[in-house]
Amino acid sequence: MSEITGAQSLVKSLEAAGARNIFGIPGGAILPAYDPLMDSSVRHILVRHEQGAGHAAQGYAAATGEVGVCMATSGPGATNLVTPLADAHMDSVPMVAVTGQVGAALIGTDAFQEADIRGITMPITKHNFLVTDPLEIPTKIAEAFHLARTGRPGPVLVDIAKSALQATTSFTWPTELQLPGYRPVTRPHAKQIREAARLIGDARRPVLYVGGGVIRARAAKELRVLAELTGIPVVTTLMARGAFPDSHPQHLGMPGMHGTVAAVAALQKSDLIISLGARFDDRVTGNLEHFAPHALVIHADIDPAEIGKNRHADVPIVGDAREVISDLVVTLQAAAENGQTGDYEQWIGFLAGIKKKYALGWEQPPAGKLSPQSVIQRLGQISGPETVFTSGVGQHQMWAAQFIGYENPNTWINSGGLGTMGFSVPAAMGAKVGRPDATVWSIDGDGCFQMTNQELATCAIENIPIKVAIINNDNLGMVRQWQTLFYEQRYSNTNLQKHGGPVRIPDFPKLAEAYGCVGLACDRPEDVDATIEKAMEINDVPVVVDFRVHKDAMVWPMVAAGASNDDIQYARDLAPEFDEDAI
Amino acid sequence: MTKHTLSVLVEDKPGVLARIAGLFSRRGFNIDSLAVGPTEHPEISRMTIVVNVESLPLEQVTKQLNKLVEVIKIVELDPEQSVTRELVLVKVSATPETRGQVLDTVQLFRAKVIDVATDALTIQITGNAGKIADFLRVLEPFGIREIVQSGMVGIGRGARSVSERSLKPVAIPAPPPAQAV
Repeated sequence: MSEITGAQSLVKSLEAAGARNIFGIPGGAILPAYDPLMDSSVRHILVRHEQGAGHAAQGYAAATGEVGVCMATSGPGATNLVTPLADAHMDSVPMVAVTGQVGAALIGTDAFQEADIRGITMPITKHNFLVTDPLEIPTKIAEAFHLARTGRPGPVLVDIAKSALQATTSFTWPTELQLPGYRPVTRPHAKQIREAARLIGDARRPVLYVGGGVIRARAAKELRVLAELTGIPVVTTLMARGAFPDSHPQHLGMPGMHGTVAAVAALQKSDLIISLGARFDDRVTGNLEHFAPHALVIHADIDPAEIGKNRHADVPIVGDAREVISDLVVTLQAAAENGQTGDYEQWIGFLAGIKKKYALGWEQPPAGKLSPQSVIQRLGQISGPETVFTSGVGQHQMWAAQFIGYENPNTWINSGGLGTMGFSVPAAMGAKVGRPDATVWSIDGDGCFQMTNQELATCAIENIPIKVAIINNDNLGMVRQWQTLFYEQRYSNTNLQKHGGPVRIPDFPKLAEAYGCVGLACDRPEDVDATIEKAMEINDVPVVVDFRVHKDAMVWPMVAAGASNDDIQYARDLAPEFDEDAI
Repeated sequence: MTKHTLSVLVEDKPGVLARIAGLFSRRGFNIDSLAVGPTEHPEISRMTIVVNVESLPLEQVTKQLNKLVEVIKIVELDPEQSVTRELVLVKVSATPETRGQVLDTVQLFRAKVIDVATDALTIQITGNAGKIADFLRVLEPFGIREIVQSGMVGIGRGARSVSERSLKPVAIPAPPPAQAV
């Protein structure tokens, strides 16, 4: 076996692991790796900030289902990856981060650009490694990819000392991995499946509570079979938008703090919640004590620690969502052939009534002003269901989850658990690299956009023609909404513009032009369609559209933080009325 | 709150203690005592962790611990079916007048004097938590100058070892039977 450097071994390992694209920035400690990378089949995309590299890797992973890869140097390069790693950890995104570390002899001496990134990222990664022995590089990279993509997916960080990258070593790609403590259970227990099927048959008010696990497990097709076989109504969480077609009559929309009245009511009034790859997040359950008080719970998740964490599970099922759903289908099909089917007719009728009566909508904006909801809805309608959408965090995110019709999995990419402002643009960049033939729209707020917009330079230079819709209300909109509702309209530090100033800072279309993108602006409702269509026609460079929307739009419905889902407001001070006798 | 003793087999890798300590701290679980040492397998260490939680959080503790890649196996030591020991080194004042009484106490508890000075004795005692507490209470009036105490270690009774599944796995509360809807 010929001798190579640790850096060459790393690049060969990344190739062997199947990495095709890496987002990163070189620096002192990782520098040796960048030399062999120049001759590799792996494409390296030079970003402008490591946070962008991390979110791009997430966007890539979420759009393709493959492991996203990012790379950074030691110290500040590595610490800039902390936010994306935490984000990927919360949202179960398969991702591998490779960081350079100072030479092994210098570790622990407070050397230049030294940070204990393994220690720092322990709580926010699925696992992490520090490699000082060059012989270990292939094994650790193989383990990192295996850990990232299997079981409950997540981020894995491999920190490699510069001395290991520079040393002479040999390369052997491992054929097996020694991970005695890692045995994710993917096959559900047959007894639990039978018990679940029995409860489904006996239930009168069941609901399929679908979470992001269904998307990560590529189980959308199986879910549809299960839903149509049983006729049970479906709700999809923020992380699961697209797992079930929005156009499907059984779909009630998104549950939770800004969910539809029908989806919230379906969980709240249910007698059986069938949770598939969801985790009873506080943004879904509201006040846990009052959440779905009459429901039994079937909780299927690949991560046993999620089951029973927030809500007691009557039937816990540990397993991969696709296998769980497939097994349920087989069992329920057999029951159906014996004439045993659930009777949910009254329930379905009740929910259909609520869905119709309390459909999503919005208050009309002042005359001549742009409504953010309408802009987002038109974006969805004009660009169509094959488009991949990413978003930042805040009002625009909720509207994008509400008013775009998702028909396909992996077409809605956002920061759900961590709620990272600035996620949208770099995630769109990653998604576009992963799916170059798809239209990728980044829906962003003006606050979020200013956190990571430097990646437009990357997009322009690397030929990654994403489209960005800035839903620009000159404010940190969601915080402002809370100030309107809960802080007596005292708008402390949410106005991003000079008070009373006539000029917007920055001028987003000019900024876009400066970055080598096309910059468009839209102020009038009558120009919305034409502007979107114009943006859709530009496919050779990134496009940024500044939609100047009115600042008083609010996200409704809403369950206030910590309140019971029963107290959902359809609009301000307007509680929906349920005809309880109809259930 | 109730005490539970977890016997945790982990891969002997750098950082594994930090991982476990960090997990307990960020999830808000209290550790009463923790002891780490090698096992009969050179690549595997054992941690004996005494936690002070109710049974539901205990289920979360074990599930979260199990998610750590380097954690191989967790068993809860049933107090009836296991033997536990702590080791204490205690330095106690011993004047010519009290020395005899201190030595009697040492005899009585089957402890051991391991160092002698003109006005003090250093005593080693092993036992379960109850015996050690009793011993220290009896020594108290003589003047305890310093105590060094190990974490608790424990092992299942009988011939089988943990890897043979002789000890019951960490109990996860059984779901109540589903009611008819």
